[in-house]
Formats: sequence, structure tokens, C-alpha cells
Amino acid sequence: MKYSILSAVAGVAVAAGLSATAASAATLDDVKGKGFLQCGVSTGLAGFSAPDDAGDWNGIDVDLCRAVAAAVFNDADAVKFSPLSAKERFTALQSGEIDLLSRNTTWTMSRDTELGLNFAGVNYYDGQGFMVRKSLGVNSALQLSGASVCVQTGTTTELNLTDYFKANNMTYNPVVFEKLEEVNAAYDSNRCDVYTTDQSGLYAIRLGLGSPDEHIVLPEVISKEPLGPVVRQGDDQWFNIVKWVHFAMINAEEMGITSENVDEMRESTDPNVMRLLGKEGKFGEDIGLTNDWAYQVIKHVGNYGEVFEANVGETTPLGIARGLNALWSKGGLQYAPPVR
Amino acid sequence: MPGIESANPFYYVAREELPQLPPPTSQRGFGGWMRTNLFATPRDTVLSIVVLLLLVWMIPPMVQWLFIDAVWTGEGREACLGPDVGACWAFVEAKFGQFIYGRYPLEERWRVDLTAVLLIIGLVPIAIPSVPYKRENAIYLLVVFPILAFILLTGQFGLVPVETSRWGGLLVTLVVAIVGIVVSFPFGILLALGRRSNLPIVKTLSVVFIEFWRGVPLITVLFMSSVMLPLFLPENVTFDKLLRALIGVALFASAYMAEVVRGGLQAIPKGQYEASDAMGITYWQGMRLIILPQALKLVIPGIVNTFIGLFKDTSLVLIIGIFDLLGIVQQNFTDPNWITPVTPATGLIFAAFVYFIFCFSMSRYSVFMERRLDTGHRS
Repeated sequence: MKYSILSAVAGVAVAAGLSATAASAATLDDVKGKGFLQCGVSTGLAGFSAPDDAGDWNGIDVDLCRAVAAAVFNDADAVKFSPLSAKERFTALQSGEIDLLSRNTTWTMSRDTELGLNFAGVNYYDGQGFMVRKSLGVNSALQLSGASVCVQTGTTTELNLTDYFKANNMTYNPVVFEKLEEVNAAYDSNRCDVYTTDQSGLYAIRLGLGSPDEHIVLPEVISKEPLGPVVRQGDDQWFNIVKWVHFAMINAEEMGITSENVDEMRESTDPNVMRLLGKEGKFGEDIGLTNDWAYQVIKHVGNYGEVFEANVGETTPLGIARGLNALWSKGGLQYAPPVR
Repeated sequence: MPGIESANPFYYVAREELPQLPPPTSQRGFGGWMRTNLFATPRDTVLSIVVLLLLVWMIPPMVQWLFIDAVWTGEGREACLGPDVGACWAFVEAKFGQFIYGRYPLEERWRVDLTAVLLIIGLVPIAIPSVPYKRENAIYLLVVFPILAFILLTGQFGLVPVETSRWGGLLVTLVVAIVGIVVSFPFGILLALGRRSNLPIVKTLSVVFIEFWRGVPLITVLFMSSVMLPLFLPENVTFDKLLRALIGVALFASAYMAEVVRGGLQAIPKGQYEASDAMGITYWQGMRLIILPQALKLVIPGIVNTFIGLFKDTSLVLIIGIFDLLGIVQQNFTDPNWITPVTPATGLIFAAFVYFIFCFSMSRYSVFMERRLDTGHRS
């Protein structure tokens, strides 16, 4: 159902969008002309884009928008956010209503190739996981044979669950519900041993349980849900900017550059750092920005690790472990090509 | 006593009225009221006891949860965690500004407050029948106030502009509901008259309009306006999301209003129409002076019903990413600093309470108007 609507919308979008893409080729000029970045975010997802007490948006998706704004304007606050429902998001990007979609959107082949869109990277590697009560004494999903599993019906989650248990020769009793709230309530009232959905979701759900500390999210990830920022196809300059803002944040973490020490690091003589922070070469100008673009991103928003820790990391209520989102050098998947 | 007998042959007839005695104690006071209303028959008795037990069973835990165990102040989710925590009012307190104004900039919120005051200044005197200058009052409310509200809320003439994407909460709920009500009432009347008109084109257009808008769900209209419309417009021509929603809601409500008014028009006896024709006055005069005052009075309950329905339907704008009261309450459930088991329930109760205040006031005012306008044609 979701996909039929999407593809219908996409069909119209592509038809209507062919002329549109040509007209909007220079997103960067549009954005500079407006004086702000219009960024599509979710309508509310803990840790990714959610309002704080003052009503300001917070989250790792939000910080990516702010990072792009910092690179373009040297001002991370030159962003306006459009909260978008899952169904609206691609149309909003296609029609030029937003310049960048940073809304926990899974990168799939059909979305990348059929919608006239480009994924500019992966700012969060998500995937389906399992949550159990600590009292069960389980610490791996492979020990779950015979367990009853709460799952939302009619989702890919349900199919992945079946496949995973079958592939590992384990049995389970599905306890299925139509609505997410029902699944939450069932798990909380002990009607099943295991709760399965995307890991980032599990962490948010855990917070809403009676006693969050008694539950643990198991390390196994059984599906691929790479979430990342999306831009319109056909504007390579803008695509490069978004892609490299993300890469700059990862490179900065790898080189140990943080928002606090970035000014000191600017004096560094390490050629890698000098290239990233614009002391050497004209990498910024080549993508239509100033040469200190990466400095501005790190100064105003921070490196990838800082953003992760501030929004979803162990010190936040969500307490998500880095896991797949650790740097490649630390056993994760976050890897950025060098600035050279 | 022969003497008396002869003086007055009706001596046995009481000559003065006896003083009225109070009803027997069994029917007096609280006890009597209970006996007649709660325990009149065995069936009543059983029902009363069951209901009483239900109340005893439900109310104390509710009071306990809502007030006694509730958390009234706190900085974040830690305050509302624990096994025996009731409602988390600290959450509502922390988010109150957002619930009322959405993301309207903090330093500009006085403009929303001023708009509300201007609305109340117009609304209160027009709602009280004995206050004079109704015509001037109506002009203020329907012409002057909307212009002032537009200037203040969007920010014209040197005020800092505030885009509608930053509006939210109760502000959006009221804007959508009031625009819907104010637009749909006159349009509905025109459409109802059009549908009963003898002019074929007017009649057909009215019927098509009404049936089309009644035939599609509001949610579809909103969805189309937000997802499909941008694709048909040229690139970079975006027109305001809230405006799209307002137009959708107004058209929709007009169609419903038209049918309610038509019900009233049909209830007026044919003689009234003929009489107004016989007076030699024009169609519009006849409608304004004779038919509509009677017809509208008849359908007050239906009109208010539509208004209340409209007020509650405003929460559907959530589907196109506009955050009305309910939307912004739900959105704040995702703030990781406030996620607790009790947050959603507390937020929803707060939203329900606000909706109730508005809908109940409308309904009470309609009862008042009905009584006042009841000229006693019914026995």
C-alpha cells in the first residue's frame, strides 16, 4: 500500500519533474539566494528529529541540516525545518519545497533509481533488532529459540523475523498486532519475551516502558536499514556538498577534531588536517563553498561522534551504543574517503 | 344544629382554602429525590446500585492518578519515572508554550495574545443579546478583526514576519476552526438557497459542489492538497500549506452547512414563501426578513453540530504536517527528555480537556440561543 502510493506519486513526480530538475539545477544558488536552507525532517522521532522544551528541533537528522547550513552560510541556524510525513517526503523534495531531505529515510535501490533522487550518504546505520528483559539472562539473539516475539503485522519486520529464525533453525511464537501502541502495551505487560523492530525504534520504545533499565537491546542486527540524507537528482554540485559535509564530520572524528579543539587544530601541520580545515588546497571552492567550509561545520555543529553522542548516545536518555555507527577504524561502518 | 342548618344550607362546604401541606417526608428533600429518581422500582434500584459501584470503582483511582500521584513540577523525564507515578503534569507545564503557540517565536507571542484579546472583545458583546450596536459589532468581527488578525499573526507593516509553518498548537486549531466556521456559514446558506433555486445553472452548480465535497473524505482533500498539488504547480511556486488546509476545510464545511440549512428551509411551510412573495418584496428581502430567520432558528442544533464537528476535524491537518493542538502534543511525545510511560496519557488528557472546553461552550451557547429564540410555535 505504502509502495503503491509512493510509486504512483513517483510516476507523476518524474513526469512533472523532468523540466523541474533542469530549472532547479543550481540548488546552491537558490539556497544562497534565499539566505536559508529548507530542510525536511520527520514529524517527530526521538533522537533523529524531535522538538525540545523551547520548540527547537534536535536530533542527528536535524544536525545534518545544520551542518550543511554551516558549510554554506557559516551559520548553523540558517535552516528552516519542514516536518514531513513519510508519504509527503519525496514529493516535497521533488517539487522543490525543500532543498534537503534528512528524515530517517532508508536507502534502497528503487528509491535511489526510480524517484529522481540521490542518497548522499548514510548518517545512521539502522537495522532490525531485538529487545528482551534483562531477567531472561539472554545476551544474544541466537539464544531466543522458543521465545514469543511481539511484532507489528504486515511489515517487513515480520518477514525479516521469520527469515532470521528459519535461517538459524530456531522456533518462535509470533504475537502480532496491528498498531505500534498495541505492540508496546503487549510487551510491557509481559505477553511476549521479545520485542522486534528497528533498533533505533527499540531504544525509543524502551524509554517509554515502565522500567527502562530492566530491558536490553541485543547486539544482533538482522536487516539493513541505512538511513541517510536525500537530494534531487541532476544537481551534482549540491549532491557533492551534502555528501562531503557528512564525510567531513566523519573525517573530523577520525582525526580527533572536535568543536572544542577545532581552532587549535587549525594550526596543525598535519597535511590531512590542513586539507580538511582549508589551510591547504582549494577543496571548498571546488564545490562552490568557502575553503573553511569543514571548519565551519565542525565549529558550529561538531564531528560525527559528537553529534551522535549529543543526540542518541550513551549519555542521552536513549543510550544507543555506537555499534554499526562506530568509525570503520573502531569496528563500525562509518567510513569517509580522504580529503585529497 | 338546626340553627346553622337554616342559616346556611351548605354549611358542610369549606369556606376557606385549607393551607397546602408539605409533601410527606418520604418524598421530600434528598431522600425523596433519591426515592423517586433512583430507587422507584426494583429495576431502578439495581441499576442505580450498579452505576454507583462503577463510579466508586472508577473515580478514586482516577483522582489518585490525575491529582494525588501526579507530578506537578520537574525538569525532565526523571521526575516522572517510578512505579507509582500518576499524570506527568510537569510535561504539560514544560511544553505549555508550544501547545498554545506552536513554534511561534517567543518574543513575538504577544501578537497572538493581542489577536486573542481582539477576538474576545468582538465575540463577547455579540454573544450577549442585550448589548446594543450589533451591526457595528458584526462588521468589526467579520471585516476589521480578520484584517487585524492577518496583519498581527503573519506580520505585515513592519512587524517581524512569522511563516505559518511556525504556527502550531491551539493557535492553529482556532485559526482553522474559526476560518472554517466564518466562511462556511454564509457559503452554506448561499449553497442551500442555490440548491433550492429554480435557476437551472445555479441549481446544478450548487448540487455538484455540495455532492462533490460531501462525497470525498476531508483527509483525502488535505492529502491531495499537500502531496499532489505541488507536483502540478510550476517549480518553486509553493503556496502556503496552512492556506491550502484552510481552503480545504472551508469548502468542506460549506457543503455540510448547506445541507443543514436546506433542512431548515424545507421545514418552513410553503405559505411563508407565498406570503413573502405576496408582500411584493424581492427574493433576497424575503429570504433575509422572513424565511431565513425562521429556518436558521430551526436548525441551530444542526449548525452547532457541524461547527463542533469542524472544530474536532481540525486535528486532521496533522496529516499534512501542520501541528494543531493534538499534533503538537503528540509530536512532543518523541522528545527523548520526556519519554516516560505516563507522558502520552497525560498529554492526551490535556488535549482532550482543551477540546472539551471549546466544544462544550459552543454546545451550551447553542442551547441558550435556542431557548432565547424559541418564539413558542411549538406547544
